[in-house]
Amino acid sequence: MALTGIQIFKLLPKTNCGKCGVPTCLAFAMNLAAGKAELSACPFVTEEARVQLAEASAPPIRPVTIGTGVTTFKVGGETVMFRHEKKFENPTAIAILITDAMSDAEITDRVNKFNKYTYERVGLKLRANAIAIKSESGDPAKFEMLVEKIAKATDGALILISNQPDILAAGLKVCADRKPLLYAATMANAEAIAKLARENSCPVAAKGASIEEVAELTSILNKAGISDIVIDSGARTVRQAFQDQIIIRGSALQKKFKPLGFPTITFPCEMAGNPMKEALIASMFVAKYAGIIVLSDLQGEVLFPLVVERLNIFTDPQRPLATTSGIYEINNPNEKSPVLITTNFSLTYFIVSGEIESSKVPSYLLVMDTEGLSVMTAWAAGKFVADLMATFVKKSGIEGKIKHRKLIIPGYSATESGGLEEGLNGWEIMVGPREGSHIPAYLRNLRD
Amino acid sequence: MAIEIPKTPYSGKVREIKLGKEAKTITVGGENSFPFYVFEGAMPHKPRIAMEVLDSPPQEWPQAAIEPFVDVINDPITWAKKCIHTYGAEMIALQLVSTDPNGMNRGADEAAAVVKKVSDAIDVPLIVWGTANHEKDTQVLTKVCEVCQNKRLIIGPVEEKNYKKIAAAAIGYKHTVVASSPIDINLAKQLNILLGNLGVADDMILMDPTVSGIGYGMEYCYSVMERMRMAGLTQQDEKLQLPIICNLANEVWKSKEVHLPDNENNMGNAKNRGILMEAMSAMALLLAGGDVIIMRHPEAIKLIKEMVADLTAS
Repeated sequence: MALTGIQIFKLLPKTNCGKCGVPTCLAFAMNLAAGKAELSACPFVTEEARVQLAEASAPPIRPVTIGTGVTTFKVGGETVMFRHEKKFENPTAIAILITDAMSDAEITDRVNKFNKYTYERVGLKLRANAIAIKSESGDPAKFEMLVEKIAKATDGALILISNQPDILAAGLKVCADRKPLLYAATMANAEAIAKLARENSCPVAAKGASIEEVAELTSILNKAGISDIVIDSGARTVRQAFQDQIIIRGSALQKKFKPLGFPTITFPCEMAGNPMKEALIASMFVAKYAGIIVLSDLQGEVLFPLVVERLNIFTDPQRPLATTSGIYEINNPNEKSPVLITTNFSLTYFIVSGEIESSKVPSYLLVMDTEGLSVMTAWAAGKFVADLMATFVKKSGIEGKIKHRKLIIPGYSATESGGLEEGLNGWEIMVGPREGSHIPAYLRNLRD
Repeated sequence: MAIEIPKTPYSGKVREIKLGKEAKTITVGGENSFPFYVFEGAMPHKPRIAMEVLDSPPQEWPQAAIEPFVDVINDPITWAKKCIHTYGAEMIALQLVSTDPNGMNRGADEAAAVVKKVSDAIDVPLIVWGTANHEKDTQVLTKVCEVCQNKRLIIGPVEEKNYKKIAAAAIGYKHTVVASSPIDINLAKQLNILLGNLGVADDMILMDPTVSGIGYGMEYCYSVMERMRMAGLTQQDEKLQLPIICNLANEVWKSKEVHLPDNENNMGNAKNRGILMEAMSAMALLLAGGDVIIMRHPEAIKLIKEMVADLTAS
């Protein structure tokens, strides 16, 4: 674990020279502990202290980068067991399997789905991250052709799967510059795979028959000069795989056990007989601690819920998810349709827009930027109050879309209605329901 | 290589609570480790799935959710029986949607009579859930408590605004209450204390943290449930050592995405999408600490039961 401010302070010169930008060494130490400062800002720190601090500040689970360019992704770097303790850092990467036993049509279809299946949500683009290319035939030339074909058809990150070094080498010939993950080094081939990884500067997956074996294997790889490692404990039953994920994360974080301080790769594709069950196993791994999930195929009905779950679990608990502010048109509104206003906290937005949609009443929803706070919290923080709301409504452009001048505000904002009528000249302010679930009845009454 | 395996320092366990009629009770709770950490402790009672039944025909359900119940959807009694006999339901959750003042606004007497009939017709534990309208729930749920005396129902939601009358009726007529709080661990604890002060025994309370599903955003309820479990299991917080119930089904099936047709927005098959959104949401809630999950689609329930069996397999 990282050192505390006091522990860091003991290693500093304690001269309070102020050259680092803060007046005292203690303040600097606190900033270092909080990750708000760099040690290099102190010109007088000793070499010994530098080494100690570097060692202590190395993340307990190594962050590993896979791929290059826009689709590159990081796994690992996690610092907590539970997301509310800080946050989960790097979202579980999702990979689709393609093998050299598949037909050309199937391969093309899978690559197309990988490229095409993206989902917009709260201003983010959610998608799968990698293609896992597996050699079933054991033929290096066939594998090389397949890798080349896929590498040309997508810019997605790649995982090359074989336990034969010569097959992985064949794949690397055509995609080494893409920094694929090599899966996998085992006790049988560790030296040869480590050599390949060193020569091509690629990350390596270490696969053991158990947690114990994989810990031994990462130590061997480390000695062979490999530090970017992803681990597979070999478990393929739900219970054992779940247990391994928790023990791997726990021993890295709580016991500082370096041989398991790496992100993991998991294979729901080898753990279920059907895509629905496989999806459930994948959803378990999103919550409980997989770095990478390899799926047997990409189906929209699986991928969409999975990437949304991932978004939920990996959201920073300190920073609420917010949606884009602006005018949302729901159920095809026209110039006579009612106008409602709410805040841009994502949960508020999803609930309010969902209720309006289910009311089937064509409406405009104005979503105001309240820095992701809910209606009551934003009101208490002075971010969802009459003068700011009035300015937002005027600037939103809603006046050009409607003939009437009526604004429905949340029931919890009722105290702002007077101020709003002053701020929005010519507008009638109507107080809507307090709870989202009462919106449909409210809107239907309005219409009748 | 020997592994240094960390051990969570547990100091408490979730209270075991018996639900349902005397002759055929189901016990929930009892776990003394984090959910499914069976390598660290014991989970003597697997989490249970309660199948949802509505007391009036659903208005906004997508086809995929109606399909399994199409022959019984107008009658809560045959509906509940089908859940038990055809789909193997271990518990039933009767949603009193007809009592919503913004909807049908059915009166307390009439609603309670339906609950009585359902309760008479089945022998698995029966959860009865109001509409979260404080005044109306007070009228309806106190009536339900009275009419179904000694049926040992599970009555909810009981909230800070209306707990006194409903909980008093539950004590008097021997029902378990669902203490419902708005995604906040402190409010959850406070309500449990208030219920205790009123005289509700700890083994007559389930906690409802208010959950959402994939679609609306699960992150808040997920973390609140994890924190409840931590408090109860590792911080000796007795008032949070109660089993957790999650009223999930409608949170998933009302979301926009389950209503989209096949292949819209690259979201694949509509039916499977709904099933997976429900099952995957339930999976996350179980991993966060759910002991009872209210679910809708038989196939989603089947998937979740398989996962529970796999995770607790010896």
